[in-house]
Amino acid sequence: MHLVIIGNGITGVTCALTVRRLRPEARITLVSSESTHHYSRTALMYVYMGHMRPQDIKPYEDWFWTENRLELVHATATALDTADRYVTLDNGTTLPYTHLLLATGSESKRFGWPGENLAGVQGLYNLNDLAAITRDTHGISRGVVVGGGLIGVELAEMLHTRGIEPVVLVREAYYWSAVLPPAEGNLVDRQFAENHVLVRYGTEMREILGDDQGRVRAVVTTAGEEIACQWVGLAIGVAPNLGLAKPSGIETDRGVLVDEFLRTSAPQVYAAGDCAQHRQPAAGQVPVEQLWYTGRMQGETVAHTICGQDTAYRRGIWFNSAKFFNLEYQTYGQAPAKAEAGVESLYWEHPSARVALRVYYRAEAPHAVLGFNAMGLRLRHAVCEQWIAQQVPIAAVMAEFGRANFDPEFFTQHEKAMVAAYNIQFPTQPIALKRRKGLFSMNR
Amino acid sequence: MSPTLASPPLPSSSPAEKLSLAVVAAGLLALVLALTDGELGRRQTWFYAALALVSGGTLAWSWVKYGGHPAGVQQNNLWLRASTGRGAVAWVTGLVLTGFYVVLYWYSGNDGQGNFGPLNNLVHALDGFSQWLRARPADQWFLYGTFYTLAILLMGGRAIWKYRHSRYQVVRTASVMFFQLGFAYIIPGLLQFFQQPEFYFSYFWPLKYDYLFPGTVTSLVQNGGLGVFMVFWGAVMSLVATPVLTYFFGKRWYCSWVCGCGGLAETAGDPYRHLSDKSRTAWRWEVRLIYTILGIIIVLTALLWVHFATGNTLLGEAGTVAAQWYGFAIGAVFSGVIGVGFYPLMGSRVWCRFGCPMAAYLGLLQKHFSRFRISTNGAQCISCGNCSNVCEMGIDVQQYAQRGEPIIRASCVGCGMCSTACPRGVLNLENGPKEGRYQGSQLIHADSLRILS
Repeated sequence: MHLVIIGNGITGVTCALTVRRLRPEARITLVSSESTHHYSRTALMYVYMGHMRPQDIKPYEDWFWTENRLELVHATATALDTADRYVTLDNGTTLPYTHLLLATGSESKRFGWPGENLAGVQGLYNLNDLAAITRDTHGISRGVVVGGGLIGVELAEMLHTRGIEPVVLVREAYYWSAVLPPAEGNLVDRQFAENHVLVRYGTEMREILGDDQGRVRAVVTTAGEEIACQWVGLAIGVAPNLGLAKPSGIETDRGVLVDEFLRTSAPQVYAAGDCAQHRQPAAGQVPVEQLWYTGRMQGETVAHTICGQDTAYRRGIWFNSAKFFNLEYQTYGQAPAKAEAGVESLYWEHPSARVALRVYYRAEAPHAVLGFNAMGLRLRHAVCEQWIAQQVPIAAVMAEFGRANFDPEFFTQHEKAMVAAYNIQFPTQPIALKRRKGLFSMNR
Repeated sequence: MSPTLASPPLPSSSPAEKLSLAVVAAGLLALVLALTDGELGRRQTWFYAALALVSGGTLAWSWVKYGGHPAGVQQNNLWLRASTGRGAVAWVTGLVLTGFYVVLYWYSGNDGQGNFGPLNNLVHALDGFSQWLRARPADQWFLYGTFYTLAILLMGGRAIWKYRHSRYQVVRTASVMFFQLGFAYIIPGLLQFFQQPEFYFSYFWPLKYDYLFPGTVTSLVQNGGLGVFMVFWGAVMSLVATPVLTYFFGKRWYCSWVCGCGGLAETAGDPYRHLSDKSRTAWRWEVRLIYTILGIIIVLTALLWVHFATGNTLLGEAGTVAAQWYGFAIGAVFSGVIGVGFYPLMGSRVWCRFGCPMAAYLGLLQKHFSRFRISTNGAQCISCGNCSNVCEMGIDVQQYAQRGEPIIRASCVGCGMCSTACPRGVLNLENGPKEGRYQGSQLIHADSLRILS
């Protein structure tokens, strides 16, 4: 068995590690055009901000790969022959395979804006992007960030730490409105305000203006306003990287089309992670998942199928997390941004506007919990998942809410105030807090 | 990594920051004048002016630097600055610190006429205060203790400002400041004032190795009631309280809450915590060194007692000489010159990680007989590496977090910085039941490839 994996991101690497565990004798080769060693994409911002060095964002030391007999090839895969089963590399060699995993990840989206190819316009996805932003933001005074999602706030924070004034353009009426309800979006907005970062809501970019040297000098918004700047960050999302798959004849749409076992249309060729598109996503799931966590899960799942233990991809109960400047965010289960039939929520916010909790539950009695949004609050993943999976009524969840508290010792415990908020919303069935977070108890 | 990342120029410091640093620099200059000025009265003035300027400047700088931003993780440009990224400033700082320790340990003894070598003028500048606190003139150790305590208090103030968003860090920092000032400075001074033995109630065998040596024990016991209590305290803390407290809280009850070495590392050493080597090679050296040193001090202590029990006939002078050598190599060179002198290059816990026998003893208890662990929150880890970066003990925390496993490592001092720095709320220090302590999360499937062996 020779497994060739195109891409050494979290999906490809998780697959490699899982296959190594299941099949100690397998030959495994990881091909990447980006870097020799796996690094953590999620940590790019910390290198720019000087929290870490480039070598610190490699999750494994270099000996790890040789000791686990994982062959690393730093080259670009230029062609794929699915009939004769080999991959052509730009270093002039070919790699025959018995099994192939496409884990080629994504590319930053561009919308075809006038001026989007000027020097100083970029996304933030890979190491080249990191090198570009490091180079192009030298000594500049203002950068415009386009997009109201997670990378947008990261880019704003990055510029801010270098003393560069960020201006963030957000198409929607409030931050990350596709995911967050308005109250939570407002807390994110407070973070921008506290850090003196200007956000223009309901504003899109119309075009980017350049100077004589082909460098960015300003952007023009849809309102016709011209904002002078020397750098533009595009954070409007990513699209599957199909550079290798498409010419090879493998069926693609937005991404590489896969079935529930993450098999593509070509024999022994699999796709997972950002680049894969599920032909039939499970209920409540999207066809293209572009998260660290889903990449890891898909990588692990596909490894089992590759090793002959056919395993369908089941994402399980949703979870995610992020950090907006100093505000941490965690979410579990079903947590819609907008009102949905049959779903209600309980919202509690601390007067400081730095801590908030939203618990989603079924409108019909007994009001089983569906999901959680936690802002500035750490919740125990296992406990939340268990409550959601077992459809525990919100009354029981709130009475026991201390079980889910994952904040460090000595932190203010807000469970009492949360229960009070519950009792206001459900005045006919008041509850008392039964479980506080203790110093010696572990609530698994 | 393929693309080359040129280091960008750092954003310039604010005028207020520059001014406060200038005050610190003026204080250091005044200290040099106190060291060199020939006239006693002026020397005194320079000395106290130096302390005031350094103290005021440091606190003002912390206020300006960290108070000016909203509370939260403030690590910007940590690896890019020459002072905290092993640049020229760090090398100079390391040389000055190392030089200070060399002078202090080997060239500042009393020559019999009250001269303390190159540090003489600084020592005598403290005579008045020493008379007031201890009813005796100052010596080089009192000067060292004063500087040491001041460093913990001032840089503790800085740490409290920097980490004010985390109550765990605030309370813990206040704790090391309290124990240093009270238990390692004022109480030993007051004991001397009342003609009692100078005793440190916050240091125990095997770190303070001679507290269970027969020589120290017999001389304390001869001192009467208080001396007997000191022997009792030392023995109970080392042999009973240490296992019990470590069972409930892990080794942090001592290493990052009470200990003076830990106290300096957590405060003055905080700007250098990320410099500790996270590699497997470093871990192998750690294991080789620290358990060897623990073994040496246990054997040495036992031999000294056997020697004592046999009427001081067994070893002749060899036991005393061995104790002296241990004191020189481990007590002075390792814990002082290397332990603190190398802060700016190897991180703040070189001694605690590679050398301290107390840490080795506590670590064995923590690993095998404790309820303490750092829990990983389900599958939320994104492998960003912030936890490993801030670990002063060189633990690659991320390796555990990304597999959903709890972190149970002998070396972990429980400073909690991994939990503070984690951007996704993944890590938490917990004292849970010992059963199932090693059990990982069911929400992520840990691979079985070993990292440390």
